[in-house]
Amino acid sequence: MSRIASVFSRRDRKALIPYVTVGYPTIEATLKVVPLLAQNGADIVELGIPFSDPLADGVTIQRSSFHALQKGVTPQICLDVAKKLRAKVDIPLVFMTYYNPVFHYGLEEFCSACVGAGIDGLIIPDLPPQEGADLEAITKKQDLDLIYLLAPTSPEERIKLVGQRSRGFIYLVSVTGVTGARDKLPADLEVFVTRVRELVAQPLCVGFGISTPSQAKRVARLADGVIVGSRIIQLMESGDMPQVGEFVKGLRNALG
Amino acid sequence: MKDERGYFGDYGGQFVPETLMPVLDELSQAYRKAKDDKDFWRQFETLSRDYSGRPTPLYLAKGLTQHCGGARIFLKREDLAHTGAHKINNALGQGLLAKKMGKRRIIAETGAGQHGVAAAAVCAMLGLDCIVYMGEEDVQRQSLNVFRMRLMGAEVRTVSSGSRTLKDAINEAIRDWVTNPDTYYLLGSVVGPAPYPAMVRDFQAVIGKETKEQILAQTKRLPNYIVACVGGGSNAIGIFYPFLDDKDVRLIGVEAAGRGIESGQHAAPLMAGTVGVLHGTKSYVLQDEGGQIRETHSVSAGLDYPGVGPEHSYLKDSRRAEYVAVTDQEALEGFQLLGKTEGIVPALEPAHAIYHAAQMAKSLDKEQIIVVNLSGRGDKDMDIVAKELGVEL
Repeated sequence: MSRIASVFSRRDRKALIPYVTVGYPTIEATLKVVPLLAQNGADIVELGIPFSDPLADGVTIQRSSFHALQKGVTPQICLDVAKKLRAKVDIPLVFMTYYNPVFHYGLEEFCSACVGAGIDGLIIPDLPPQEGADLEAITKKQDLDLIYLLAPTSPEERIKLVGQRSRGFIYLVSVTGVTGARDKLPADLEVFVTRVRELVAQPLCVGFGISTPSQAKRVARLADGVIVGSRIIQLMESGDMPQVGEFVKGLRNALG
Repeated sequence: MKDERGYFGDYGGQFVPETLMPVLDELSQAYRKAKDDKDFWRQFETLSRDYSGRPTPLYLAKGLTQHCGGARIFLKREDLAHTGAHKINNALGQGLLAKKMGKRRIIAETGAGQHGVAAAAVCAMLGLDCIVYMGEEDVQRQSLNVFRMRLMGAEVRTVSSGSRTLKDAINEAIRDWVTNPDTYYLLGSVVGPAPYPAMVRDFQAVIGKETKEQILAQTKRLPNYIVACVGGGSNAIGIFYPFLDDKDVRLIGVEAAGRGIESGQHAAPLMAGTVGVLHGTKSYVLQDEGGQIRETHSVSAGLDYPGVGPEHSYLKDSRRAEYVAVTDQEALEGFQLLGKTEGIVPALEPAHAIYHAAQMAKSLDKEQIIVVNLSGRGDKDMDIVAKELGVEL
């Protein structure tokens, strides 16, 4: 069983998946915050490799990515950071990035380097299954989970397609939109999750726009996991680590 | 050459967030249907004639030819099309398609402002809402076009992220589209995910079709060379495409060398880039060792883009087209040369093509024919050129 699969084998616990941009606000902060997230109840951590043109991201992650790039963060540095983190935490670590940095690194080379760094999976929001065959073949060989996404706009045939191809879990984008904290989740979120549930077997984790314990709780009633990104980046902006820890603990408690 | 998934050889594809995949499917289907719909094309042709002023003339530039003292140079006068550039062809085609699909809200991106102006004009004419994303730097250097768009009722949204130019305007337009999937995205060049590169080409191919008829009528033969500037590459594809099977016609795309290729400050992905994925398509791009998209430079806002249409990448690799690059200084020379020899002030974008064609003409004999796609007029560039030449207006 992959490290990601074992997270979802625990029926009594909903997965909490925080996201951090590697190198934001500093490399040291990333090295410190991930163990803190794990201690406070994170089950998987998404490590964002910053990209110059993050077209699925809202202003918060645009800014953290831009900042990290200004400081010279590269995919190689992210791999090095992952390796150091792997020595500190046991939970699965997943890279979230765009296709170009991976493609430019070389698909084979990148996947080997991921395995060497103790990475468990990849989330690439601009790589739909139609374009993912090459990377999928390599990730399978290397025992990495390539996690595909579904959106509220996805019709039945696309849900089935992703159901056949996604490994580890399926990332459900809660809203038609970009990443970013929102006051309200869409009213028909439950309908969307239920629609997907009927057609696929994988665990379902919901992300985009979730920023409070009560939102997380609502999502967890139907989904298997909750992904929280922009709110954590906002808290990290101030560099107040204990606050980040408290926030994640609050989410954990809400999820039960 | 182009497969089901929108590939030109190894280039193209649909690298977009899942939210947009069904939207692209819908667009592909609607376009496929429109493509076979005679009424749709009749409407396109009627408005091309009565609204855009097509066909645009093919003009033998005697003054420029004489100045160069070699090959005969013809200019395809897209600068005379409504709104002052070839961009109107695509805006009209996609505007009609959007209307056919029942869309009300149109978004577009623009670099130099020419596509934004064309989109604003077509939306005003068809009664559609229009929002144009434009990089902050471009808003400043192309302020005249910003004003024109607003006069035609478009909302211009300034984009302050990243390099604050065309690349970031496209990012922001895509983010708007992901958020509002019912919106129609009127993309302005042969870039982006399928079906855009092929669809935009089809609407721009009117340039090449007319050119072919006109050169045959005027000279009883095909040209030896066709020269066009390449940013995203829509005017170049538009004039190249109907000549792809005429193997004796050499097709030459001119990229922006900015301050020189060796300076690193340029916008020439076909000359100096590597294969990557940007804005939903696989093509040559300018990127660094980490796969980050590089900032570009060109005196011409319309060429200031780190990517290029996937079909150009295919034409480059298959050697059906050749690509060269011309610097800011050389483009400014071409800009002035056309004014002095022909009384035509070109946009800075085709000034790159003019410069290159003039250089070529000098070493070719008088029997040879070069056609240059004069893709737009230069009114919008007066401030920039004056500044570059040290003139106070």
